[in-house]
Amino acid sequence: MARKKGKVPEINASSMADISFLLLIFFLVTTTMDTDSGITRRLPPPVENPEMDVKVKERNIMNVMINKYDKLLVNGKPGDVATLKDMTREFITPRPGDESAPEVETKEIELIGNIMLSKGVVSLKNDRGTSYLMYISVQNELARAFNEIRDEMSLKYFNQHYADLTDKDKIDAINKAVPVRISEAEPEEIK
Amino acid sequence: MASKFRSDEPKEVPAISTGSMPDIIFMLIFFFMVTTSMREVSLKVKMKLPEATEVQKLEKKSLVSYIYIGPPTNAKTYGTEARIQLNDQYSRVNDIIPYIESERLARSEADRPLLTTSLKVHEEVRMGLVTDVKQELRKCGAFRINYSTRKGEK
Repeated sequence: MARKKGKVPEINASSMADISFLLLIFFLVTTTMDTDSGITRRLPPPVENPEMDVKVKERNIMNVMINKYDKLLVNGKPGDVATLKDMTREFITPRPGDESAPEVETKEIELIGNIMLSKGVVSLKNDRGTSYLMYISVQNELARAFNEIRDEMSLKYFNQHYADLTDKDKIDAINKAVPVRISEAEPEEIK
Repeated sequence: MASKFRSDEPKEVPAISTGSMPDIIFMLIFFFMVTTSMREVSLKVKMKLPEATEVQKLEKKSLVSYIYIGPPTNAKTYGTEARIQLNDQYSRVNDIIPYIESERLARSEADRPLLTTSLKVHEEVRMGLVTDVKQELRKCGAFRINYSTRKGEK
């Protein structure tokens, strides 16, 4: 019983483009390309007994307070977001011999060598009524001060911008040389 | 006088071949399929993130848990006071610790210490609520946080 050997008919592929267009439009609509980005911070562990206050010397602290009207108080004087970055920079740049500046310690860091580190800490305090927008812009300005110094360090020692560094050891070295020292106060009522 | 090289009858424009069209489209599809990330929760709070310049990218999306804070989208039913949204529902401050615990359990043991909490907060929210959330996170040891922002101009 010989079967008639018929040719397999060709599949019509002209609708393929339409089908794939449909899929394409589906993915175009559902896709969200935005990568999440933001300011990364590390929270301090909970305090065991709040009575034990760690005493830090007055000259080592820069007090930044934001009240509920989104007004700034920097070291007891009214401040402004526009000048906050430069003030912070000045504060954390090591200045040995200056009595009003924060204390300086010498530390050895791999790849960089001996370097002077400022012991300055930026203390940030905010009211419950402060707006998140203001809080983030202050955090941003503080971060900018630290990043600028990191960038300078990176240019000085590695001839590269901090953002362009790819070597993990180098990034670590810079991070150690310019630690982000922002301390957030335990929440309490600010009058 | 007709030119030597010009033919006298008008030339027909050849039809463009559409045979490679499916291939091109498929290529685009694959691109979008690979880059796409579908939203996992539907937002029930308004979300307008503040702008910042000094932003860092969140590296691994699978190691991030999200906390949304903002005024409800449906102001008629829920009012205008800022709410916390975890997963798909409005929550209170004391729901955060169980939420973080469940997020931790969903990850492998090695990944748990690397878990980052991304705070997506509407810019008009008052810091009181954010501070409460941060205190809860400190209590349960979720120290790595990220204030989600839009990337602004320098």
